[in-house]
Amino acid sequence: MNLILRKEWLAPDIALMEVEAPRIEKRWLAGQFIIIRPGAHSERIPLTIVDSNAERQSITMVVQAIGKTTRETAALDAGAHIADLVGPLGEPARIGSGARVLCMGGGVGVAELLPVARAFRAHGNHVVALCGARTDAYRILDGELRKAAGDLKWATDDGSYGFHGNVLQLLRGMAQPGDFDEGHVIGPIPMMKAVADATRDWGMKLHASLNPVMIDGTGMCGGCRVTVGGEVRFACVDGPEFDAHLVDFDEMARRNRAYREHEKTILDKHACRLGLSQ
Amino acid sequence: MAQQGNRVKPNPKAPRQVLPVLAPEIRAHSADEVALGFTAEQAKLEALRCIQCAKPACVDACPLHIDIKRFILSMVEGGFDAALEAISEQNPFPGVCGRVCQHELFCEDACLVGKKWDPVAIGSLERFCADHARLRTEEAPPSPPRKPTGPKVALVGSGPASMIAAYDLVRKNYRVTIFEALHKLGGVLAYGIPNFRLPRNILHDEIARLQNMGVEFVTDFIVGRTATIDGLFEEGYQAIFIGTGAGLPYMMKIPGENLIGVYTANEFLTRINLMEAYKFPEADTPVRVGARTVVIGGGNSAMDAARWAKRFGSETTILFRRGRAELRARLEEIEHAEEEGVHFEFLGAPVRLLGDENGFVVEMEIIRMELGPPDSSGRPAPVPIPGSEYRIPVDTVVAAIGQGPNPTLQRATPQLVTRNGKIAVNGGGATSLPMVFAGGDVVRGGSTVILAMKDGREAAAAIDRALSQEQQ
Ligand SMILES: Cc1cc2nc3c(=O)[nH]c(=O)nc-3n(C[C@H](O)[C@H](O)[C@H](O)COP(=O)(O)OP(=O)(O)OC[C@H]3O[C@@H](n4cnc5c(N)ncnc54)[C@H](O)[C@@H]3O)c2cc1C
Ligand code: SF4
Ligand code: FES
Repeated sequence: MNLILRKEWLAPDIALMEVEAPRIEKRWLAGQFIIIRPGAHSERIPLTIVDSNAERQSITMVVQAIGKTTRETAALDAGAHIADLVGPLGEPARIGSGARVLCMGGGVGVAELLPVARAFRAHGNHVVALCGARTDAYRILDGELRKAAGDLKWATDDGSYGFHGNVLQLLRGMAQPGDFDEGHVIGPIPMMKAVADATRDWGMKLHASLNPVMIDGTGMCGGCRVTVGGEVRFACVDGPEFDAHLVDFDEMARRNRAYREHEKTILDKHACRLGLSQ
Repeated sequence: MAQQGNRVKPNPKAPRQVLPVLAPEIRAHSADEVALGFTAEQAKLEALRCIQCAKPACVDACPLHIDIKRFILSMVEGGFDAALEAISEQNPFPGVCGRVCQHELFCEDACLVGKKWDPVAIGSLERFCADHARLRTEEAPPSPPRKPTGPKVALVGSGPASMIAAYDLVRKNYRVTIFEALHKLGGVLAYGIPNFRLPRNILHDEIARLQNMGVEFVTDFIVGRTATIDGLFEEGYQAIFIGTGAGLPYMMKIPGENLIGVYTANEFLTRINLMEAYKFPEADTPVRVGARTVVIGGGNSAMDAARWAKRFGSETTILFRRGRAELRARLEEIEHAEEEGVHFEFLGAPVRLLGDENGFVVEMEIIRMELGPPDSSGRPAPVPIPGSEYRIPVDTVVAAIGQGPNPTLQRATPQLVTRNGKIAVNGGGATSLPMVFAGGDVVRGGSTVILAMKDGREAAAAIDRALSQEQQ
């Protein structure tokens, strides 16, 4: 049982939660994640570790309330407990030094980008962050990101803030092959795929942080498998970060839709009890 | 002890008692336990079949050396509690072992009566004794847990290997902590073996007993991630046992294996057993079981997966590349699978899986095999027959083709010497690192519950020796 110390709504359906987790706080590195189960009947879901606080022995995660489990998690308030929380899981992000690094995030992926951008900056890289949100209301962690990256640019789908368009269009408009040595992308699958496709000939290494369906998160079930460069890899232990130019995003997108009808069943069943707190 | 003259004469020729089971029609829709266990009358009759050998081969053959001869004698004399006591001296988990141990490979294989007739049903007798005591003590109030005071020992993983090591160590007053990666305790007993073979209350009770003896359990804790081996030593643990099992599923490495509806046995069973997908939507985790399921493999995992699929109403086939004689599952489970209507397709192996435009598996291509000369496992090697390929429609595929050692701890502990991923040990489970011991599936690869327990017991003895030496 892990105590929730703080909850804050960053956007209409995106909650930031700070949770007591002394051991994970001491050991986590940028790019790693945890698996939680909000209640005793819940699924196990992975969430990226976004931040930590040594004094309060806590870690921070950001949850977008979409399915039943994420809605249930986001509905918990400070003072409540999370039934199960285990980590840190996955390999940390590969952080080199002295490079020009492009960090790209979309949606809730922007939060997950934060520790990676910070780590790149801390290792003496020049960091430019391109972040995407549906509308101005969905822009999250702007202040933190501004500190983490040397340069931060926003794109919103409706143009309500910053560049009018998506991250890919923003990227196309502002960068050329050769401008960056390295890139990191995290967000919805179509966005990661589009960025990977667009930068394939740029001579730039691009890492994507993948978010397939997981259960145990310890390499025990193979449910999180993805194809990278023609090889089957387990995202929870071999990743979550992989060479974006080698990832089979189409397969991953299909696999992530495997339980769509089940998700609908369970949301319908609980629709009356849940509901988004806003 | 009863007088020699009073003793009832053994009757080895009597037919072996048949274990009562739930009717297959009921099983088709139920997660309830299939094997119901002997009645007291049956247990007595079966116990009488034991001829009380002067040199009981069964005791030698049992990896824990349970005094089988003595416990059966107690049963004959009507002392079921005394029988359980005799078992418990060596095996504190008779409810689990009486249900899942592969007795036909160990004690029952050695039983002298079996040389001429059917062997004594030692496993079912063991289970009877456990259940008999359990039924009567269920309402007993739990006593407050004891507080051991000796040196601290950490056990990694909560499977059978660690469970018995914990029992042996806590009895010697060590302060034992079991660290488990998952949110539930028991290892394969919790995530792999279905309820209908091992009801969870039996497992919980035998684990609760350890808790009462003062063993501390920590779930959601991955050694190598949440803390390292070195970190545990720094926290004051003086010895560490690694019983992390063989949880890494092998993949079939055939085209189409990432299609939707294709599972490893581990994922399929974890979803259903650990996450209780059979209760969906009461439990949140779903599983996809379509109208036709094919399970690949011939071991316990294959039987378990197939029997679950059947319970979801799926037309289920076990596809095995060798013949019936080469199946490696418990005999009882093979028979139960057959009774439940699981179809067995021998001498065939999948070559590829084909999907529809949305990525769902719809068809499997199979190649026929014939048996050739023995391979490295000593069993006849399956040899593909060229041109014999055929296709069948399928909605769910479960690959139950084996598992390797769980790699998480090894990756985080590169100084630990391994062979093909298995932790290398010598006598008593000593690894290449001082005061670090290992046993069970992480050393053997996929093995059995009872051999994991044997390893756990030997490691506990080695830990006790090492720590008592240190104290002097
Ligand atoms: C589906 C299935 C059915 C089976 N049926 C039978 C049967 O009927 N009879 C029989 O005799 N055998 C059976 N077996 C084999 C038997 O279950 C195993 O041989 C036995 O459980 C091995 O015990 P163990 O203690 O070594 O490890 P396991 O039971 O595998 O337990 C290991 C535990 O360690 C945990 N762990 C792993 N890494 C870490 C880490 N780094 N930190 C903390 N915890 C960790 C795992 O989560 C797991 O809970 C079956 C196996 C399977 C998969
Ligand atoms: S070998 Fe068989 S007959 Fe002999 S003591 Fe053991 S159970 Fe009894
Ligand atoms: S989530 Fe089970 S292996 Fe990755």
